[in-house]
Amino acid sequence: MALRDIKARIDATKKTKQITKAMEMVSAAALNRAEQNTKRFTPYMDKMQEVVTSIASGSRSARHPMLASRPIKKTGYFVITADRGLAGAYNSNVLRHVYRTINERHQSPDEYALIVVGKVGLNFFKRRNMTIIDSITGLPDQPSFADIKAIASKAVGLYANETFDELYMYYNHFVSAIQSELTERKVLPLTGFEGTVSSNAAYEYEPSEEEILEVLLPQYAESLIYGALLDAKAAEHASRMTAMRNATDNADDLIGQFTLTYNRERQAAITQEITEIVGGVAALE
Amino acid sequence: MRTLDVSVVTPDGPVFEGTAEMVSSKAKSGELGVLPGHIPLVAPLTISAVRVKQDGKTQYVAVSGGFIEVRPEKVTILAQAAELADEIEVNRAEAAKERAERRLAETNQSDLDQARAEYALRRAINRLDVAKHR
Repeated sequence: MALRDIKARIDATKKTKQITKAMEMVSAAALNRAEQNTKRFTPYMDKMQEVVTSIASGSRSARHPMLASRPIKKTGYFVITADRGLAGAYNSNVLRHVYRTINERHQSPDEYALIVVGKVGLNFFKRRNMTIIDSITGLPDQPSFADIKAIASKAVGLYANETFDELYMYYNHFVSAIQSELTERKVLPLTGFEGTVSSNAAYEYEPSEEEILEVLLPQYAESLIYGALLDAKAAEHASRMTAMRNATDNADDLIGQFTLTYNRERQAAITQEITEIVGGVAALE
Repeated sequence: MRTLDVSVVTPDGPVFEGTAEMVSSKAKSGELGVLPGHIPLVAPLTISAVRVKQDGKTQYVAVSGGFIEVRPEKVTILAQAAELADEIEVNRAEAAKERAERRLAETNQSDLDQARAEYALRRAINRLDVAKHR
């Protein structure tokens, strides 16, 4: 390689490094805020959980379609991905798993329906001609509840009007800045209340348990979805940060190698020039 | 004088936390006033104003539904959206109201859209009402 070409590669790699470095820092800041969002959401979710549990486990009489399993004719899948790539295995992890699961569980496209968050997921399923009933893209980095409300209540509504008979959610759960965990969670029908003993005094219900469940359960299911989205966002920022850090490290390595080659070539050129001069002088004598 | 701990929480974080002598709200079954020592109670709320009385002053909070959980020393209101009277953006609420009214005026739409527009209108009107009490 000519000296000039090597020089150009070094410059190009340096520029790439600047970009990946900047993206790493942006993601780190976003991750920080995402963790704060989760913290702010926790009291709401905890309280919700507490009240729902005390009603659902406390009374045998309370019945609600969202608490009862029914025969499964169609399954809903709520898949959370990112709008952009450059986040390591973040998207492919979820998508590969969902794709495989659907192919294993269902023979025909009538047996499932997808609700997709994020451009990457939407394109993935569209290309494979899978049934998508709703999708949302372009969510902000720090989504508020209002951003997700429409699609969450639609998902819950589709269960209520029996478009599908169960709803699963797939997303990356944020474990730490360098680790996330693919999570499959059954949202509807709501389960997991049996056996949890509510510690508080029994409530009075005004006007009745059934009517409270009517308001409470959809709200609860929507918060489960919002909670998952916040979690997934944190995981997204974390994985983008890690991916960008790796890219920056790789760029450093490359720059090192190129610089070494560059210096070697330059030295070789100088040595050759000296040899030529010395040779030339010797020939004159 | 005995007081109650009051907190209004939404998915985007707590909106109000403090102590109060009395909390009044509008439940689906009617007006609901809570004093300290109330029996444990859960009730769904309408789109309305929650009034928190502390030191002779009343703080208004606009809530978009949700429900209220009462315990003898503590009242928790869980709503998908809530705003303090001082924090309501009147311009935005007015814009939302006009938008909802325009949508309601369109006749060629599904029941669902109609219901949604009506719901949006009620929320906007509620916010405007509450904003008057700042």
